Amino acid sequence: MIDRLSLRARMLIAAGGAALLVAAALAYVVVTRDGAKATPASDGAVVVDGPRMLVVSERKLATVSATDVSGPREVHDVDCVRSYVAGDTSVCLRPKDAWTHTLVTMNGQLKDAHEYQLPGVPSRARVSDSGRMVSWTTFVSGDSYTSSGMSTRTGVIDTTTGDYVPSIEHFSVTLDGKPYRAADVNYWGVSFADDDNTFYATLATGGQRYLVRGNFTAETVETLATNVECPSISPDGTRLAFKQAIDNDPLKGWRISVLELSTMKVTDLSETRSIDDQPAWLDDETVAYTFRATDGVPSVWSVPADGTGTPTKLADNAESPAPLAHG
Amino acid sequence: MYLTTVTKPTNADPVRGRVAGNVVALGAVSLITDISSEMVAAILPVFLFLNLHLSPAAFGAIDGLYTGATALLRLVGGYVADRTQQRKLVAGIGYGLSALMKPALLLAGRSAAAIGAVIAIDRAGKGLRTAPRDALITLSSAPESLGRAFGVHRAMDSTGAFLGPLLAMAVLALTAESFDAVFITSFCIAMFGVLVLVLFVRDHRDPLEDAPRVEFSQVRGMIASPAILRLLIASCILGLVTIGDGFVYLVLQGREDLGIAWFPLLSVGTMAVYMLLAVPLGALGDKIGLRTVMMGGYVALGLVYLLLVSPIHGIPSLVLAVILYGIFYAATNGVLIALAGPVIPAHLRTTGIALIQTGQALAYLVSSIAFGVAWGLWGPVAACKVSAGAVALAIAASLFLLRRTTEGLAA
Repeated sequence: MIDRLSLRARMLIAAGGAALLVAAALAYVVVTRDGAKATPASDGAVVVDGPRMLVVSERKLATVSATDVSGPREVHDVDCVRSYVAGDTSVCLRPKDAWTHTLVTMNGQLKDAHEYQLPGVPSRARVSDSGRMVSWTTFVSGDSYTSSGMSTRTGVIDTTTGDYVPSIEHFSVTLDGKPYRAADVNYWGVSFADDDNTFYATLATGGQRYLVRGNFTAETVETLATNVECPSISPDGTRLAFKQAIDNDPLKGWRISVLELSTMKVTDLSETRSIDDQPAWLDDETVAYTFRATDGVPSVWSVPADGTGTPTKLADNAESPAPLAHG
Repeated sequence: MYLTTVTKPTNADPVRGRVAGNVVALGAVSLITDISSEMVAAILPVFLFLNLHLSPAAFGAIDGLYTGATALLRLVGGYVADRTQQRKLVAGIGYGLSALMKPALLLAGRSAAAIGAVIAIDRAGKGLRTAPRDALITLSSAPESLGRAFGVHRAMDSTGAFLGPLLAMAVLALTAESFDAVFITSFCIAMFGVLVLVLFVRDHRDPLEDAPRVEFSQVRGMIASPAILRLLIASCILGLVTIGDGFVYLVLQGREDLGIAWFPLLSVGTMAVYMLLAVPLGALGDKIGLRTVMMGGYVALGLVYLLLVSPIHGIPSLVLAVILYGIFYAATNGVLIALAGPVIPAHLRTTGIALIQTGQALAYLVSSIAFGVAWGLWGPVAACKVSAGAVALAIAASLFLLRRTTEGLAA
């Protein structure tokens, strides 16, 4: 039937269709633009008392109470999708433009100190307790989504020397006591110990996820256990809080657990919902983390680190918790 | 089905040296569709992992499950297109499915399973349309200008892939970063692609109506025919030495200590070379033989692997790698189908092309796994050397297997 139409008629139909589709797309774009909301309301120059946390709320950095879910919230004019703070160093992972993200290190007054370009989409950010070592993880996709190739990239910044290591994938690996080399090595979720050289992280290769202990200056890592992701070292350095895939299957979700480094004993915490986050220690007895509801809205919770008690909500509409020093 | 029985040009008005209107129409559809799909591809990682907060581990597991099913669908689609002689319809269903999946991504919500399914259907649409589209190109062109026809099509196709991310950037800038607006715009563009297909692409049924109805036994017979079997084996062997973009760029980045911001430029540069050289290399194939140009492309691939272990470093090595890799794409991607098309009987052509494309896709999968294993055993340098050696062997084997293919075409 279409074959019988003249070229002129077909041109007219194509032009009409194009006009209709362009109008539809433009209408949607205009409506979306008008509907774009202003920045979220801040409580202004509020003072948050008592133990405090730095969180990300509606893509802005905010200071909230670490004990009172109904406490005031000080929203800072700092864009962030992931953040962490320790010592005198804060970090923000934030979009630079539609494609690229950057990592920004900041001083105590949240003023930008240095900017580093990141590959891919932000996932994790950490600062060692002294404020010296900064680590990050991003998701890096293959060239096209039709060829499924998702990997992670993990890097480290030494804020004292200024050394920037954009990827730790070249570190020498000892797996189950033997030297190991593979193209599919991926790291994520780094946590530095007090000496600012020893670190813990997840190493994934051959479909298995390992806990590794690394030596940053020697550029080596060794595996310690399996099914341990996103470790976070306790302030006293004796335990790791982490997420473990239920039945070793990430499709089933993750449990927040604590591993005692001297005995390698694992304790499941009383949070039974699936948590996909790198936990943060508020003190030696308490672990905080982001819970994401089915509608995508995040909230920050805490739970005792010994498996007792029940989870407590600390902040609505917040993610990426980090304890702030008293002061 | 020997080469002497290869059908004469079946297009109504094939003009020697010029590209048929139908090929340009198919190129326009591919250009428009690629704008649409690449604008989504460009923002998908940020959308999935930052806006929806999907876990890549969960997503990757789901994604892997669908890959096998889509390969099978490509073969079934090719067979159905031949049996019903409705190549345009099958291709149209493929384009339409992919178009509909753009708004579906918005409706899938935060369910990893639903999003995985939507992306799988999108990919199935791509699998479904490729073979009938390429079959139509071969049926619309004179065999002596097939190289140029595929060159024009692939150049248009990659132009769309270039424009897509730029348009996505413009939409994001206009809408204060609304991802929804990108998906809706992408959907509208994809629908326009389907409209252009419906209005301007002609199916080629008339000359084939005398042919017997396609039965499955004929497919078996086609695979058993020596000329086609040799082509199939050769394309699989050549696929086996293609380690994949990911590995090439990974090795390059590792040895050149490439800044993060420059990394995406490797694939952009490769695609630019591909876009610019697709037509000239296709036309060259018409002149000096498609087989020769294709083998030249694999020589370029071998040189890329050698470059990865060579003493050449810095900017010269990066520029050379991008040019050679672009030449590889331009000299092999469309050229293989241009070479294979006339060898396959017209009434079974979609199935034949689907077989070759599926065979190569499976070979790519095997080779990337094998390269990963070689990397683990011997390290990247040795793995690249072995790959370069494998390319030389594959070229020799293909020259032997295809030694009569060009003779047939020249006759």
